[in-house]
Amino acid sequence: MSAAPRPPEAERFPSPAEVAGGQPAAAPPVVDIRGVWTCFGGTVVHQDLDLVVRRGELLGLVGSSGSGKTTLLREVVGLLRPSRGEVRLFGLPILDADPDARREVRRRFGVLFQHGALFSALPVFDNIAFPLRELKRLDEAMIRDLVLMKMAMVELGPEMAGLMPAELSGGMVKRVALARALALEPELLVLDEPTAGLDPDRSENFVKLIRTLQRELDFTVIMVTHDLATLAGLASRVAALSDGRVVANGTLEEVMAVDHPFTRSFFASLRQPALCGSRR
Amino acid sequence: MLPPAAIACEVREGRQCVRLSGHWTLAALPPSLAALEARLCELAATPVDWDLSGVARLDSAGALLLWRAWGRRWPEVVAVPEAHCLVLMRAESVPPPLPPVAGRRPPLLVAGRAALIVGSHLRDLVALAGQLLLDLVWLFANPRQLPLREFSATLYKSGARALPVTALVGFLIGVVVSYLSSLQLKLFGAEVFIVNILGMSIIRELGPVLVAVLVAGRSGSAMTAQIGVMRVTEEIDALATMGVSRSLRLVLPKVAALALAMPLLVVWCSAAGIVGGLVAANLQLDLSWGFFIETLPRVVPLPNLWIGLAKGLVFGLLIGLVACHFGLRVKPNTESLSTMTTSSVVSSITIVILADAVFAILTRNVGLPL
Ligand SMILES: Nc1ncnc2c1ncn2[C@@H]1O[C@H](COP(=O)(O)OP(=O)(O)OP(=O)(O)O)[C@@H](O)[C@H]1O
Ligand SMILES: [Mg+2]
Repeated sequence: MSAAPRPPEAERFPSPAEVAGGQPAAAPPVVDIRGVWTCFGGTVVHQDLDLVVRRGELLGLVGSSGSGKTTLLREVVGLLRPSRGEVRLFGLPILDADPDARREVRRRFGVLFQHGALFSALPVFDNIAFPLRELKRLDEAMIRDLVLMKMAMVELGPEMAGLMPAELSGGMVKRVALARALALEPELLVLDEPTAGLDPDRSENFVKLIRTLQRELDFTVIMVTHDLATLAGLASRVAALSDGRVVANGTLEEVMAVDHPFTRSFFASLRQPALCGSRR
Repeated sequence: MLPPAAIACEVREGRQCVRLSGHWTLAALPPSLAALEARLCELAATPVDWDLSGVARLDSAGALLLWRAWGRRWPEVVAVPEAHCLVLMRAESVPPPLPPVAGRRPPLLVAGRAALIVGSHLRDLVALAGQLLLDLVWLFANPRQLPLREFSATLYKSGARALPVTALVGFLIGVVVSYLSSLQLKLFGAEVFIVNILGMSIIRELGPVLVAVLVAGRSGSAMTAQIGVMRVTEEIDALATMGVSRSLRLVLPKVAALALAMPLLVVWCSAAGIVGGLVAANLQLDLSWGFFIETLPRVVPLPNLWIGLAKGLVFGLLIGLVACHFGLRVKPNTESLSTMTTSSVVSSITIVILADAVFAILTRNVGLPL
């Protein structure tokens, strides 16, 4: 999108990166996983896995339980070092960059953990406000408005703000965690089973929310999901993980057409015309 | 590089118009938002037209910034591209802040609340002790349900593993007490009384209290934390659904094992203390080892040992009970876990010292040399 020509008298408000003298660079892929091996003791989880996610893509990652999806996401966000191979985030090797660059990169993505990982000692409001306060750029009034806005986005009313994580239902935990992941308006959203535990209605609203936001803000999403409706509604590309490798990579239709034991069984229900018809 | 937020004022068709352009997102906005917000508020103070068609990206932070500058209502004339309508409408639906409710709690209310909390602790403690008694009675009828594995595990962890540290502490305290007393006794030429002082103070008083403090810090905190984490991770609920009684499986073995281990530790620690005192007396006063060993049973009557053992038993029961009580009160969050672990250790040490005072009063005529 090209910006409209600016009249010369415009007051400019430079961004932090510009103030710091950041250099514009040719945009590298948002996530670049190259030849990654992961071993826990004797078990090999990933063998020579390659995966590239480009800007603006919504990648759905599927795989059977225990196939290493969560582990892969942990490597992407720099919580785990692969046994071999390299993961680059925004073109930076996140684990080997210098601490300042690392902190900068960590601001640019939001993570939704499989089990929420809310701070159990903080109420809902402070959980969502936490990353905003860490920025040290916003005043409390602004933080309050932002938090209430994020809560409304995930369909949580202001009356929920004071609840502790232990007082939430499973689906509410997911929604608070999503609101926290969205708090910093990240360029990359890493979601581990975002719709597990949500009712179909909420799942659909989640799909709508991410789509709208994606259109407005043009961020990138990597999402692990077992939910075919979410996958069909959201993913612009699907990667199937099996036996430690990406066995299929493409649009949903392309992946469904791949002849592999995993994809055959995973998409079996979608291929049955009766079920497919009733879902639509 | 993102084109940054920019504001331009121009006159269009005779009306003042503010044109915004660039990226109005949290990442692209300037590090300090105050200057930008002040400028926007200044512009919004007079009636102007707003033109947002040049804005490439508008996120929640940018939208809120505008919305707050507009005084939380739409300006008279505003041009918004369709892509940015939704986010502005989301900002619109944020309820305005409520005025903060000022209020300091009156001190009476604070005191009353604290008293109620203490009362509830006492009630729960008594209830827990009663439940343990009922469990014991039930176990007599169903001896196969005896939680022996948990009992022996606690006995090993809280008893056997505590032997080195209790011996070390007991020995050092014995040395210190003996050294300080002998300095005083020398002044009066009453060196032989070192045996009385050491024997009475260590066997009757110092041994039990030292062990109680060590065990409360070592095992009491561990028990509170363990039961507390089981609360946080819902393991206690899982046990309950499997029909396992938490008092029988978690609390009783811990309390019983401590009640058995503590008297033994008291004997062990007192012995180490006596040896420490003996070594120091031998070096400081040239008291012979044989004399010390021979005199000790004469000047410290046997009931003192029974008192020490009884204290060990009672302190062990109290520490176990308090530790489990606080563990079961942990709320499922990390903050509560740390508070309760601290409270558990502080309370059990306080309660042990109180119980020690009660012992001192009850046994004031017992075991004194004639
Ligand atoms: N810290 C760890 N130590 C040892 N093995 C691990 C560790 N973390 C994961 N694994 C193993 O790695 C494999 C992949 O685990 P992972 O959590 O990535 O699965 P997943 O694909 O996310 O499954 P699910 O869909 O059930 O969440 C599993 O076999 C698991 O046992
Ligand atoms: Mg997983």
